[in-house]
This record gives sequence, C-alpha cells and structure tokens, in this order.
Amino acid sequence: MKSKTLEQVENQFETFQILNEEGEIVNEAAMPNLNDEQLQELMKRMIYTRIWDQRAISLNRQGRLGFYAPVAGQEASMLGTHFALEKEDWILPGYRDIPQIVFHGVSLEQAFLWSRGHFQGGQMPEGVNVLMPQIIIGAQIIQNAGVALGLKRKNTNTVAITYTGDGGASQGDFYEGLNFAGAYNAPAIFVVQNNRFAISTPVEKQSAAKTIAQKAVAAGIHGVQVDGMDVLAVYAATQEARERGVRGDGPTLIETLTYRYGPHTMAGDDPTRYRTGELDDEWEKKDPLVRFRKFLEKKNLWTEDQENEVVEQAKEDIKAAIKKADAAPKQKVTDLIGFMNEELPYNLKEQMDKFKAKESK
Amino acid sequence: MAQMTMIQAITDAMRVEMKRDDSVLLFGEDVGKNGGVFRATEGLQAEFGEERVFDTPLAESGIGGLAIGLGLTGFRPIMEIQFFGFVFEVFDSVAAQMARMRYRSGGKYHSPVTIRSPFGGGVKTPELHADSLEGLMAQTPGVKVVIPATPYDAKGLLISAIRDNDPVVFLEHMKLYRSFRGEVPEEEYAIELGKADVKREGKDISIITYGAMVHSSLKAAEELAKEGIEAEVIDLRTISPLDIEAIIASVEKTNRAIVVQEAQKQAGIAANVVAEINDRAILSLEAPVLRVTAPDTVFPFASAEDVWLPGYKEIVETAMKVINF
Repeated sequence: MKSKTLEQVENQFETFQILNEEGEIVNEAAMPNLNDEQLQELMKRMIYTRIWDQRAISLNRQGRLGFYAPVAGQEASMLGTHFALEKEDWILPGYRDIPQIVFHGVSLEQAFLWSRGHFQGGQMPEGVNVLMPQIIIGAQIIQNAGVALGLKRKNTNTVAITYTGDGGASQGDFYEGLNFAGAYNAPAIFVVQNNRFAISTPVEKQSAAKTIAQKAVAAGIHGVQVDGMDVLAVYAATQEARERGVRGDGPTLIETLTYRYGPHTMAGDDPTRYRTGELDDEWEKKDPLVRFRKFLEKKNLWTEDQENEVVEQAKEDIKAAIKKADAAPKQKVTDLIGFMNEELPYNLKEQMDKFKAKESK
Repeated sequence: MAQMTMIQAITDAMRVEMKRDDSVLLFGEDVGKNGGVFRATEGLQAEFGEERVFDTPLAESGIGGLAIGLGLTGFRPIMEIQFFGFVFEVFDSVAAQMARMRYRSGGKYHSPVTIRSPFGGGVKTPELHADSLEGLMAQTPGVKVVIPATPYDAKGLLISAIRDNDPVVFLEHMKLYRSFRGEVPEEEYAIELGKADVKREGKDISIITYGAMVHSSLKAAEELAKEGIEAEVIDLRTISPLDIEAIIASVEKTNRAIVVQEAQKQAGIAANVVAEINDRAILSLEAPVLRVTAPDTVFPFASAEDVWLPGYKEIVETAMKVINF
C-alpha cells in the first residue's frame, strides 16, 4: 500500500493540457500569449518535421542516410519545447532530438551529415549553442547542469535545456543532473519525453513512480507533467520553466507524455514485438498535428493550401540538403586524427603521416 | 626559493593560476571550507570566494558533467575526484565525453578540464583509494595523464595542466604529499607536458619510471652505484603522451633498460614503454627490457600492501638480471 505522503505527492502531478484531442481549449487561463503568425509557425514546423521524418525513413531504407531515430508522434513535445527558447539558449540533445537543433540553427544538411557519421555534422555553426546529439543515455543531463551554472555565472539571462526519454530518467546521471542544478539553483530545463518505451521496455518497468515529473520533488526543484501531444501546453510549460530559470528561481523538470509511432531507430527495431496495434491506434487519436490543425481551422488560421505549401517546401529542402550532404568531401582518417587533441602527440604525428600516405594513394 | 611539500606546491599552483586567470574554477567534494580531505585546496575558498572554489554534491559523475558544462561556457575547471578509485563513477564523463569533445565536434568545442586526484599505495587506505588506475586513462585518446614525483615538478606540471585546452588527468601520489620537501620557486613557471626528466644520470642501465617509484628507483640506483653500476633514472612525469625521445635517447646511451611501475603488470604503462623501445631501439639493446610491477591483483587490503608494492630491492635485482644477461 502506498504511504499517504506518496499519494499526496503523486496526486499533485496532474497532466497539464490546454487543447484536447478535438482541438478545443480546455484550459483558457493557461493559453499562451502567441499571435496568429506564431501559431501558424508552430503548425508549419510540426508538418515540416512530419514530412522530413517520412523522407528520412525512406532515405535510410535506400541506404542514403545513416543512423536515424524516427520522431513522428513527438513533434509537439520537441517543437513546442523548442519554440519557448531564445536564440542564445543552449540545447543538449539526445540522438532523437534533431528537429529542435535544426530549428535552433543547425542546417538540415548538417543533420544528415551527422546521421552519416561525418565530422562536419558535429561542427556546430558559430553562434548556435547546440551540442552534438548524445549517444550515451543520460550523459547530457549532468552536462546540462554544468552549462546552466556557467550561464548563470556569466549573467547571460539564458537557459540550458536538455532532452531524454523515459528510459533516460532511470539513469543515475538523471538524478545527479537534477540534483546538481537544484543545489546550484541553475537555469536548467530537463525535458523527459516519455514516449512509453525505452526501445522495448515499457515505462511501467522503469520505475515504481506514477509520474516521472514527481522525481523533481526529491531534487527540490519544480516539476510538471504535460500532455506531450498538445503543442500549446508543451510550449506554455517550457516558457514558464524558461522564465523561472532566467528569474533565478532554478531548474524545472518537464515530463511530456508522448508516443513515437515508428521504431526506436531504423537499425532493425520492430515495435510489433513489444507494442499492440490497439495502443498505437489509441495514441494516433491524440496526434499533435491533427489536434492543432483542428484548433487553427476553427480560428480560420489554416488552409489546405498552406498545408501543401509546407509539405512541398519540406520535400524541396530535404532534396537540396541531401544533395549538399552528398557533395561534402569524403571523410578522411587524417581529418579525424587532427581533431583528437589541440596539439598532436608523437604517436598521432606518426600515425598522421602513415594515413596521409595511405590516403594519397 | 621556498621549501615546500608536494601538497603545498599543488596548492600553490592552483593559487597562482586562479590569480592569473579569472576563468579558473575549482570544485569537488569538500574542497571549499574544508580545504579538501588532504588540504590541497586549503585557504583557496577564503581567497577566491565561493563562486570560484566550491563544494559539490557527493556524486563523481555529476562533478564530471559539471566540469564539461562549465568548460563549454568559457570556464577553465579544475575538478577534484576525492580518491582516484572513485574514477569508475565518473569514467563516462572523462573518457566518453570530455576526451571526445574536440573530436566529436570537429574542433568546435573542447574541454579545458584538469582532473586532480590522489592515488597510490603505502598509506593504508580502505579499498578503492590507492589503486594505480592511470593505465585506464592512458588508454583513452584525448586525455593527457600526468603524475609528478617532486614538489617542483608538481607545481610546474599542474600549471601546465590547468592551462591546457584539453582534459588532463593529474594524479597525485598520496605517499608523496608530505613525505619530503623540495625547492619550489614562488613565482609561476610551467613545465611542458609530455616531457620526461632525467632524475639521475648514468651510463650502464636506464630505469624508466614515474610517480612514487621514482624515489624507489633512485634508492635502487644508489645501491647499484655501490656495485659500480651507474643507473640513469628517467622520470616520465607525463605518461600519456610519453616522451619517446627522452626514453630512446637514454636507452641508446645505456643499451639496457628496465621499466618500473607501481601498477599491476598487465596492459600497463610499462608494457607500452617496452613495446616502444622494441619498435625504435631494439638494435641498441644488449639485453631484454624487463619490468618491475605489482602483481595482477587489485590493490590489496591495507595490511598486505608493503609486500604487494614493488620496492627498491626488486628494482636492484631486476636491474642486475639485465646487467648480467
């Protein structure tokens, strides 16, 4: 039986929602202050990302893209959080969080190069405060506490945001990140995109906790659970978290309840082994694009023409980006040797010469 | 010139660099008000304030992540791992994250982090305090590994480590912290990383070593001198990267060598030095290069450490084997 204290804590973490599945406002008071253009921009970004995801899956199957973790279903969670950020804010992404970094200033072409394991994919453009997508689950979470503390010490009025999944919330680094950021009252935002499955392991097997958001309580920081299929709720929660950080009131943990329609990655995962079709159907009914489109249509802010325009734009951009990525110079081992240290030690100097000879053949 | 213990020289190096460069931050478990469990950071919080010298929550992985994040935002972190046996908790941050930052970002980002940590046997610690784990670090591309043997070297090497734009693991042998004093200039001076030092010149055999074993090797060299054998003692000071020129120059002069390390034998620094000598100077050798090391167990429980640790007698015996080959 659960203790009274635990029940009281858990019951406080109700899912924050603004738009229901029909695109109706259910929480007028929480409506964020976004103008029509901004609302349309959110829609555009979600559609753009959905098309890009479809194209990326197809390119991956053709062998034209490298590592890819599908994002369909998570658009509101990804792009709603991102829309609340300012240009100077830092993003420490996981490997699925490519849409956020692209809308933060990393080019599609670069995202494709990263996917192919080309070093140019990691060379973030000047002034774009984004780290390379993290492969180790949770490693970026503690780094986020460090970046946030650095931003605070420099009085920048910016925040650092990091993303992980429900599985990532089981890592020790997750607790350390929350705890460090709390102890230093750092302007950090920790987003857990709870898409219910860490590869195949269901969230129920990750933890006895009813919500991931409540884990904030133990760290002494603010936590909120959001309907991750509702882009307005995700945006509003993140905006509040950002303001809290900049104001000097510390970090926030945001749990977004979401779902990935596709496989974990394109490297052989088969979701039918661990998910039922009924569950897929249940979540597709909550689709973030469908819901937001209904909302915009009611406000006369969205037409089929607008939709088609975004779809065409996405297709064109992707085509152009792949072309550019194809034209990137072939990666050489000598390039990589040069990036290992600021100055080459004797062994790498020798190995550099060896590979120069090998690669000039 | 002042007479300092190694730990005083280490404190002095950090003070000098914190004064010189505002971006240098110092943090770890108990490093603030308490001045560290060995007092290596004594007085630094009082001098530089809690914004620059601060305690962390008790979590090594978190300390590593904090250092990476602060490094990315323009600071130059010195992080302390209270004992190097705790490095396993922070191995991801060091080996998989900061060591790869430059590589992963194609040169855009780097991690100018100094990881200071006490290690080494002979002071009767509990388990996982004294182990020589430098080999794990030396096998990690992207980090430098420095182990000073004297107060003078400790100050100059630590200053260089702090100024380095890549991660440097700076290991401080606990037995050397207060066992003797040496002359240390009060002003700043940097000793280049990756450069060995000839601690004793000789013509008959090279003893290549680092850390506390430098002192055991010097004692062995004195014993050998009584037999008319002049041993050259090379203190590597930096074990990654090695000072290959100094090693080869010495071996080409003496034609005989042994390599001495406090760590276990398998896959260690000594094995790497032997392999480099074979690659580069085998025709200069009059005898095989032998190693003096600890046995291939984990660091023993305290009451057995005196037997487990290599001593000067074993160094003399091994040197004689090579001389008499």
